[in-house]
Amino acid sequence: MSGSIDRLAPQHSGATAFINAHIVDPTADTDYRGSILISDGKIADYGPNLFASGAPYGIQLVDCRGLYLAPGLVDTRVHTGEPGEEHKETLESAGAAAAVGGITSMVLLPDNDPPFDDASLIEFVARRARQIKLANMYAYGALTVGLEGKELAEMGLLAEAGAVAFTDADHAVGNAQVLRRALYYAKAFGALIVHLPQEPTLSGGHMTSGEMATRLGLSGNPPLAEVMLVERDIRLAEMTGGRLHLAKISTAEAIAAIAGAKARGLKITCDTAAPYFALNDLAVGDYRTFGKLVPPLRAEKDRLAVVAGLKDGTIDAIVSDHRPQDQESKRVPFAQAEPGGVGLETLLPVSLELVHNGHLTLPQLFQRLASTPARLFGLPGGRLAKGAPADLVVFDADYAWKVDRDELWSKTKNTPFDERPVQGRVMATIVGGRTIYCDDGFATVDRAA
Amino acid sequence: MTKKRAGVPRLPHLLGIEGLSPETISGLLDLSESYIDQNRSIDKRRDLLSGRTVINLFFENSTRTRTSFEVAAKRLGADVINMDVATSSVRKGETLLDTAMTLNAMRPDAIVVRHSESGAVNLLSQKVNCAVINGGDGQHEHPTQALLDALTIRRRRGRLEGLLVAICGDIMHSRVARSNIHLLQIMGARVRVVGPPTLMPTDIDRLGVEVHYSMKSGLKDVDIVMMLRLQTERMQGSFVPSISEYFRFFGLDHEKLKIAKPDALIMHPGPMNRGVEIDSEVADDINRSVIHEQVEMGVAVRMACLEALVGGRRNALAGAAA
Repeated sequence: MSGSIDRLAPQHSGATAFINAHIVDPTADTDYRGSILISDGKIADYGPNLFASGAPYGIQLVDCRGLYLAPGLVDTRVHTGEPGEEHKETLESAGAAAAVGGITSMVLLPDNDPPFDDASLIEFVARRARQIKLANMYAYGALTVGLEGKELAEMGLLAEAGAVAFTDADHAVGNAQVLRRALYYAKAFGALIVHLPQEPTLSGGHMTSGEMATRLGLSGNPPLAEVMLVERDIRLAEMTGGRLHLAKISTAEAIAAIAGAKARGLKITCDTAAPYFALNDLAVGDYRTFGKLVPPLRAEKDRLAVVAGLKDGTIDAIVSDHRPQDQESKRVPFAQAEPGGVGLETLLPVSLELVHNGHLTLPQLFQRLASTPARLFGLPGGRLAKGAPADLVVFDADYAWKVDRDELWSKTKNTPFDERPVQGRVMATIVGGRTIYCDDGFATVDRAA
Repeated sequence: MTKKRAGVPRLPHLLGIEGLSPETISGLLDLSESYIDQNRSIDKRRDLLSGRTVINLFFENSTRTRTSFEVAAKRLGADVINMDVATSSVRKGETLLDTAMTLNAMRPDAIVVRHSESGAVNLLSQKVNCAVINGGDGQHEHPTQALLDALTIRRRRGRLEGLLVAICGDIMHSRVARSNIHLLQIMGARVRVVGPPTLMPTDIDRLGVEVHYSMKSGLKDVDIVMMLRLQTERMQGSFVPSISEYFRFFGLDHEKLKIAKPDALIMHPGPMNRGVEIDSEVADDINRSVIHEQVEMGVAVRMACLEALVGGRRNALAGAAA
């Protein structure tokens, strides 16, 4: 993508007004023509009538020329290689990719080397984020020591150091007793537990079970591995009263189980990742290892169920599930390939398909991409409100382009969306009032008043 | 002879049976047929592939398939290099493409690859400029085995169309089963798969086959009984309780064979586990078993495949420019 990252973008001491914008306000569930005034890195004012009769002198003006202006995306599932595998992705390269993708806050998974089961790692991420000066970066604490699913990590100390939630990343906790204790214990700190529900003893395969796996001769994971743990986890959450968020829901049965739990009044929430509503298991045909993910891409009926779950609100949030892998991890026989795909830069354009296809309104989409995850994880961004951080994204919802892995800003290029035609492009990303990314097409706008 | 040459199918690679047309398969079988007499005569060698280099790259142990390819290439006059990497330190996938590119730089005309991972041969074919023949990849395909099975059947029965074939045993771990399911159905035969449910791949019926969990119903009225080797080396965890129980219910003996048509042929891709999936007496029954004929047809089929893939190419340099 042609644009530029500006790590050193200044925060203007004075006020800046984004005028002539099509504002998307997820929490108010509306969108309208209007302006947003930011000052000292915060939203000072916004609305349809702001500056309706012209902006006053002394304010820097950014003419959005009718483009959309929304809260920046809050992506709660991002893995980078720092620390441990910096050749795959650093926090800085991930920060740049996030900026290009319109993501203003991200929550980093704890499955690094070393894993984030020690408070010093949480502090490390916070310190690096302050140096890098791109998207806001938060970190999960490990749920169990070494992500091994056996002993609880020091959740209290990790929370004190800034961990915003707890998870064992892509490792499901197979032992019900361990998850039960974790949910109980986390109540002491009001902590959110994020769990990937995939029955481990049924998840040793390399793609979803079914005709495609049989044709390719690859061992499969049955879709039921998901609902089995979803049902177990719902019971555990109900028993303990702990705050449980289920990650990367990918199957129709699991969505039905969660909808049932919500109907019973349980405060369970869940998310899905972009590949699960945009792709199915055909994407791994011809052994495309870029389509090897955890959980595996499912059948078309499951993809349709994920779309429906997003539409009716059973699925609360959308994550990128960004997981960089280098050539050595992907250019190998399918069964030996590491799972995961990069997703920061494609999250918004791929998610906009839900709007273009009539499944969601723009405010609904930004509830799932920004305001709801921010609320669940207790993060300050993701919404429009006076006094809220000026974390914003300017985008053109109609701009058509084709994903080209070679043009990604991520250090590694393992996108499952390579060559996909998409519609929607980020024109500018603003974090704390600083414009950290600006598309060439948007930079031409005269910013001076 | 010249007439037959004109009908030689031309393929860039032979990675699997799935997707081949009936014409291509018939063409390969016809061409194989033409090599049977040559193989049975005293002078077995022709110069068709003289000056060409064929590399047998085997990442997994195999004696019969590798030998068969070696004999086939040599009888066509090609230079053959055998690389057995199964026993060497090359084990991780990372080295697969390195190995491929190194060999490619030596400008071979064809590489025959066997690998323990499904899709490994497809991956390798994307990185080399020469023809690639799949000598068996994981649980995916083993196309020359299906072709030689088809040739054996066609010579014995005069046709493939309309025959009822039972493929029995460890379907899940078998690339031979998948290639045969594709080929036999493309050519108009009906296929049953017979075995315990734990050794059936998910949704196998979606490939168009009839699924049977008992030999009694599965072998009823079949023309061909194709037994598969129980691949204990690919099994992690418990698929069948014991070998003796497996033989009792799914091993082929005279008693179970009676259910099939009286003249039904017995086939096995080898190597056989006698007393596991097949009774010795049945395997050695010269009236019914065509197991050795399969091996003979294997050489002819591989000669035909080499001709189809390499015979038409001017030389390796032309392809290497790409």
